[in-house]
Amino acid sequence: MALDQIVDGLSEVSCDVLVIGGGTAGPMAALKAKLKNPKANVVLLEKANVKRSGAISMGMDGLNNAVIPGYATPEQYTKEITIANDGIVDQKAVYKYAQNCYKIIEELDSFGIRFLKNENGDYAVKKVHHIGTYVLPMPNGETVKKALYRQLRRARILISNRYMATRLVKSADGRIAGAISVNTRTAEMLVIKAKAVILCMGAAGRLGLPTSGYMFGTYENAANSGDGYAMAYHAGAALANLECFQINPLIKDYNGPACAYVAGPFGAYTANNEGSRFIECDYWSGQMMLEFYNELLSGKGPVFLQLKHLHPDTISEIESTLHKVERPTRGLFQQGRGVDYRSESIEMHISEIGFCSGHSASGVFVDDNARTTVPGLYAAGDMASVPHNYMLGAFTNGSVAGIDAMEFADNHDFAEFDAADVAMERDRVMAPTKREDGIPPNQIEYKTRRLVNDYLQPPKVTRKYELGMRRLAETREDMQERMIARNAHELLRALEVQSIMDCADMAAHASLYREESRWGLYHWRTDFPEKDNENWFCHTLLSKQDGRMTSEKRAVEPYVVPIADDEKDLYDKQRIRASA
Amino acid sequence: MPLASYQTSVPVVVDDAKCIADKGCTVCVDVCPLDVLRISDMTNKAYMAYDECWYCMPCEADCPTGAVTVNIPYLLR
Repeated sequence: MALDQIVDGLSEVSCDVLVIGGGTAGPMAALKAKLKNPKANVVLLEKANVKRSGAISMGMDGLNNAVIPGYATPEQYTKEITIANDGIVDQKAVYKYAQNCYKIIEELDSFGIRFLKNENGDYAVKKVHHIGTYVLPMPNGETVKKALYRQLRRARILISNRYMATRLVKSADGRIAGAISVNTRTAEMLVIKAKAVILCMGAAGRLGLPTSGYMFGTYENAANSGDGYAMAYHAGAALANLECFQINPLIKDYNGPACAYVAGPFGAYTANNEGSRFIECDYWSGQMMLEFYNELLSGKGPVFLQLKHLHPDTISEIESTLHKVERPTRGLFQQGRGVDYRSESIEMHISEIGFCSGHSASGVFVDDNARTTVPGLYAAGDMASVPHNYMLGAFTNGSVAGIDAMEFADNHDFAEFDAADVAMERDRVMAPTKREDGIPPNQIEYKTRRLVNDYLQPPKVTRKYELGMRRLAETREDMQERMIARNAHELLRALEVQSIMDCADMAAHASLYREESRWGLYHWRTDFPEKDNENWFCHTLLSKQDGRMTSEKRAVEPYVVPIADDEKDLYDKQRIRASA
Repeated sequence: MPLASYQTSVPVVVDDAKCIADKGCTVCVDVCPLDVLRISDMTNKAYMAYDECWYCMPCEADCPTGAVTVNIPYLLR
């Protein structure tokens, strides 16, 4: 039978720990869960194919947040991440990451993933951040996914590719009971009962529309449509600080990193059209992005990544990384435009908005054991709230989640869920396939994301947000009543656009709730232009309560590593001052 | 409302002479994160069925015969 033809079917399986998402955090979570209890069944569910899914589909050029003895301490790292996030950080999880990540680096090394070493055999860590030194290049970074896959096969993890999870199911007393999923090529539905579930479903990267107008030309892997955020929300889990958007400095039009983390340590830097530096530090923070935004609008733009002053051999070395790993089509793109880094600078722009704790501070709220607010439900990687995670954070926190989830599964039996919840979800999922006539998912998606750009992109204006929410509500009605899917592939897109719509609503709701400006460009509200520590030095938690989207404040946990008063605003001083 | 089809020049190109999908290979279809490649019923060769590309490269990198080429999508070229 032809691929994509819709098949009506529903089956049920069970496992001890279900990991959803096979990108970075997911494989590590599955592996650690299985190693914790080799007799248990661990299922790794993936919308695409674990071999090449997620943000690191083609590997990664380096670790951006490696805390390596001799170069940095967990205390120093925790302090830097706290300051970079305007103080709104539960340090316990960051500190735990900083303590554990070196072990994970050694483990990745044992999987065959190599990290740059100097002539003495020590890790060759580079400085990119404002204060500390944490960037470790990966000379064979293109092998990451293959190395992980080998480990998964060796540990006998049960991998289910091309299944998209759509909703979680819970027991009457609120404990996790499993997930409902749909095959992306046949539309057959599969219910997976599980004692514990770990969400590792990546960023919400298909939220804003790239300025090229190409819907899939996003910064994040375009498969990351925010399904994890939507599922956590509908399961009643709390989501933290969603108003702290992800916005990144990228190669204009190509919309991938340039990448200052790779080129910076060799002497590359960000400059305006006059060739002058205007930011102190290329590390991606909201404060740095605000200066970037200001420069683009000031008449001193465009903004460029400058490399042409470097020695040709150095440029060749940079190219060998940029054009081989992470986003290897960077080379093809520049070649097509006749741009040679030896004679021309790289034109930069800022990305569309998204949610991603990899580079910001938002996400499904988790504690230092990767537990969400729903018992038995865990989250790790770009969708969980541990800030500035990057790839190593996904591995390290995925590991934490896998171990804790297996402990939970060992101590609990399956929770019972209501069959009516499955029937209701089946109706929701299949609805676009039952209509004879209507609007295709690509048009609903384009309109939703265009509205996100028009109304939700910073600077955030209250009146614009109110109008944007009205337009989004109208589009949601079309989505719910009129969207059609004529085959299983269109159904996949139809389900993704429902996640995108939920994320747009959450972005708007969370942004209106926090009545101050914080995190530079990420949450710049023109009606409340100042930082207001008296009223808003807190997390915001968004959740579904009695069927309605609700936000509340949550106090920042007492710091593990104290921050002195004169250190608190170090990241606010990003603009280079004219020297006398 | 009636639907119209929308023409688009797709970024992933397959060289039919090199493609061995007719011998049972499905590597490019298997690895694509966006699931946009299919095997044609008419030619039994791989092709890009949906213009939803992240120009990420697994299809090209993993193809055993070098039949697949990823181009930059026209709108951002």
